[in-house]
Amino acid sequence: MRIGVFVCNCGTNIAGTVDTKRVASEALSFADVVYATNYMYTCSEPGQQEIQRAIGEHGLQGVVVAACSPRMHEPTFRRAVEKAGLNRYMFEMANIREHVSWIGNDREANTQKAIDLVRMAVAKLRFNNPLFSSKMPVNKRLLVIGGGVAGIQAALDCADGGMDVVMVERKQYIGGKMAKLDKTFPTIDCSSCILGPKMVDVSQKENITLYAASEIESISGYIGNFTVQIRKKATYVNWEACTGCGLCTEKCPSKKAADYFNEGLGAARAINIPFPQAIPKKAAIDAQFCRQLNGKKCGVCAKVCPVQAVDFEMKDSIVTEQVGAIIVATGYDLFDHSAYGEYGAGRYPDVISGIQYERILSASGPYGGHIRRPSDGKEPKDIVFISCVGSRDASVGRPYCSGICCMYIAKQAILTRDHLPESNSYVFYMDIRSPGKNYDEFVRRAQEEYGVQYIRGRVGKIYPRGDRMVVQGADTLLGVQVEVEADLVVLATGVESSAGAGELAEKLRISYDQYGFYMESHPKLRPVETNTAGVYLAGACQGPKDIPSSVAQGSAAASKVQSLFAHDTIETNPQVALVNERTCISCGKCIQVCPFGAIQWKELRGGIKKAEVLPTVCQGCGVCNATCPPKAIQLQHATDNQILAEVNELCA
Amino acid sequence: MERTNTLSIQQSRDNDFIREVEEASGQTVSKCYQCGNCMASCVYTFAYDYPVTQIMRLTQLGQRDTVLGSSSIWLCANCQACTTRCPQNIDVAQVMETLRVMSRKANTVSQRDIRVFYDEFLRSVKTFGRVFETGLLPVYNLRTKRPFTDFDLAPRLMWKGKLSFLPARIKKRKKIAQIFEVIKRDRFSKDGKARPEPLSSQTDI
Ligand SMILES: Cc1cc2nc3c(=O)[nH]c(=O)nc-3n(C[C@H](O)[C@H](O)[C@H](O)COP(=O)(O)OP(=O)(O)OC[C@H]3O[C@@H](n4cnc5c(N)ncnc54)[C@H](O)[C@@H]3O)c2cc1C
Ligand code: SF4
Ligand code: SF4
Ligand code: SF4
Ligand code: SF4
Repeated sequence: MRIGVFVCNCGTNIAGTVDTKRVASEALSFADVVYATNYMYTCSEPGQQEIQRAIGEHGLQGVVVAACSPRMHEPTFRRAVEKAGLNRYMFEMANIREHVSWIGNDREANTQKAIDLVRMAVAKLRFNNPLFSSKMPVNKRLLVIGGGVAGIQAALDCADGGMDVVMVERKQYIGGKMAKLDKTFPTIDCSSCILGPKMVDVSQKENITLYAASEIESISGYIGNFTVQIRKKATYVNWEACTGCGLCTEKCPSKKAADYFNEGLGAARAINIPFPQAIPKKAAIDAQFCRQLNGKKCGVCAKVCPVQAVDFEMKDSIVTEQVGAIIVATGYDLFDHSAYGEYGAGRYPDVISGIQYERILSASGPYGGHIRRPSDGKEPKDIVFISCVGSRDASVGRPYCSGICCMYIAKQAILTRDHLPESNSYVFYMDIRSPGKNYDEFVRRAQEEYGVQYIRGRVGKIYPRGDRMVVQGADTLLGVQVEVEADLVVLATGVESSAGAGELAEKLRISYDQYGFYMESHPKLRPVETNTAGVYLAGACQGPKDIPSSVAQGSAAASKVQSLFAHDTIETNPQVALVNERTCISCGKCIQVCPFGAIQWKELRGGIKKAEVLPTVCQGCGVCNATCPPKAIQLQHATDNQILAEVNELCA
Repeated sequence: MERTNTLSIQQSRDNDFIREVEEASGQTVSKCYQCGNCMASCVYTFAYDYPVTQIMRLTQLGQRDTVLGSSSIWLCANCQACTTRCPQNIDVAQVMETLRVMSRKANTVSQRDIRVFYDEFLRSVKTFGRVFETGLLPVYNLRTKRPFTDFDLAPRLMWKGKLSFLPARIKKRKKIAQIFEVIKRDRFSKDGKARPEPLSSQTDI
């Protein structure tokens, strides 16, 4: 084989601590290497042309590039050698940046290590074979997991483009957190007025199938061809029949059910429709509070329902859907402030969270849009807002900024003034984070036009005094302790990852950070892709986000799906396991160990059975390769011979 | 340092001071993001010349003289409210304690009375093996030139058995005194003299 080696300087990124010239000249002494050089930026247009020129001029049959991580530029160089007529798998990359120059300063040691890595790559390349991918049809249906504003946007964009969309939402209704908000910053437009029509669209579009009160049971397959099992949870109401008339709710005698939609501020019935604009507008029974389901005599709802939709015998059911791409938009949850003993640990009824205050402000909320305090229903006069509760606080394990609370506090303080012109609002803050368009102006307006008193400092504790509370904090700008007597305290509880985010990630085989937020493929250049092909992200499941950013990501993810679905077929990855039937001894061990069920029996003439790999199911993990006693099954592009050649060079 | 309107950062920033505080306290002062929770929680903020949040800030800025000369570090009750509340997990009370030790070593204790109290307290321990309040308090009062302060409390305290006429008799009083000697020698050893034997091998306390 005639091999060419190209060592990249990467400006000074590599050349700063590696003698790339020497690496190239050493490479000339390796077996089969007929050409070697170093280059300023090998990935640049002229850098690639240099490779292509050398392939033609020196009749190269294989190429090694010693540069950055293959995750960064392997596709670039594979394309480059392919253009010059080589098979894309006759290429190897040695990572001398992340693995060498960036992690050590000793020039001599670095250069030596770089030479070793290049020698290994050359040794492997000598055993490479051309590989060819085949084409698989793309199933042009999209699965959206999570029906918050991000998921809704993605679903509508794709449905508008003519694609079939399946949406799975675990709650009984779609809309996510936005459905609970009163008005939205920075324009103070009513949340349900702008979200409502989109929710209705989801329910009316022919090509959107909505599974509410449902969760993902399992996912198998790969980009273009996923099989998804969806668990439809028992709602005890047949939704095909239910018309959403609400008679059942009116008559249900269990009046103290948990009011999740109103964040515990109101009381719901055991059978209910969470809010008047709910989509789907269907009733469901909360089994925990239903008399009938807890062995008592009742069944009132079943009796009053004009269409006999109530079904106490209902069980969870599983449906299967086939899709080609998945957008994950599972949003976020909020920090539970009972961790803060100094703020009453959740025991003071008039110390509430920001999302509870949204429900209080909302005209469809538990108090009909009149600001009252939960303890005694009195109109508050002095309202204190405290920022960064469960955010930017290492002592409760939440060191990150939630990004949205500075803005929603300003909004809530403005709305408070609109509702109660005689009231006074105070905001304790550490910093004000308002970098969006028109955002800082909005916060200034709260202070300049609405007279909201901002105090720069954290609150040390809250304690009762009469029927009010004393909020004791600091004004660090003055260097004094301050106290404010308040009727109501609103805590800006921080954003955390959605409950169960980790388990869903494992089903999807995508990664998540230490706080449970899903990891994008690249923080700058691939913000809505994951490292699993065909799975995309949108909204706050990837990190705290406000509505404009969540919607933007929903549309971005949709456009990624549309460009995938613009193709009828996709190329399969040929780096999969392959069985040599002549050496396979039919022991079946590979079938047992394959975590993806990618190996099956194949019957030859005469009834002999041999293992066979389904190339589209195989994920290239190599477990079978390591297990097979006669080494009959080999992972292409990482065969035993290739790995051993590398190891031999390393040990030489 | 006088409070001035212009602080020349380069001229006044003492990097060694920051390093010394961090080494002795085991805390990273740059972690403080000036949220104010310590000063909001501290019961003595009203009495401090610099609230504890500002002590942290002055330390970040390497203002050795201001910090070591402040009254705050001596009024601190070491109640740990600051440490408990600090969102950045800084042991603020430990920083305050470190500053007291540094201030005493540098002889910059701003509160003469408090210094006298610390000194007399230790002297009493050295002499009697444990504090002898009935002896300590009059000496402290005399040295701080207010001989009759709290004098009226004495009979009630004696009645309740909180004060006694004679120092308590403890065993091995001399060994306690020895501790003081060892510590003194230990300090000298930093000036190039041989380190003493570890305490455990010298005594059997
Ligand atoms: C008090 C408060 C006030 C706010 N005010 C504003 C404002 O004025 N303006 C603004 O721009 N932003 C505001 N926000 C932020 C706004 O709520 C978010 O930006 C927005 O809701 C994010 O949308 P999302 O779709 O990513 O997530 P979500 O709204 O959380 O939606 C996620 C959906 O996915 C579902 N889900 C979760 N896990 C699963 C699963 N495993 N399977 C199926 N479904 C699942 C959830 O049930 C939910 O319906 C506010 C936030 C709060 C807390
Ligand atoms: S957005 Fe504001 S209130 Fe929320 S965590 Fe960040 S700084 Fe704190
Ligand atoms: S490489 Fe992994 S996924 Fe592929 S067949 Fe072997 S065990 Fe299964
Ligand atoms: S330990 Fe000292 S500084 Fe900290 S709160 Fe208590 S008195 Fe104040
Ligand atoms: S509580 Fe901690 S972070 Fe906040 S000002 Fe005090 S020392 Fe700094």
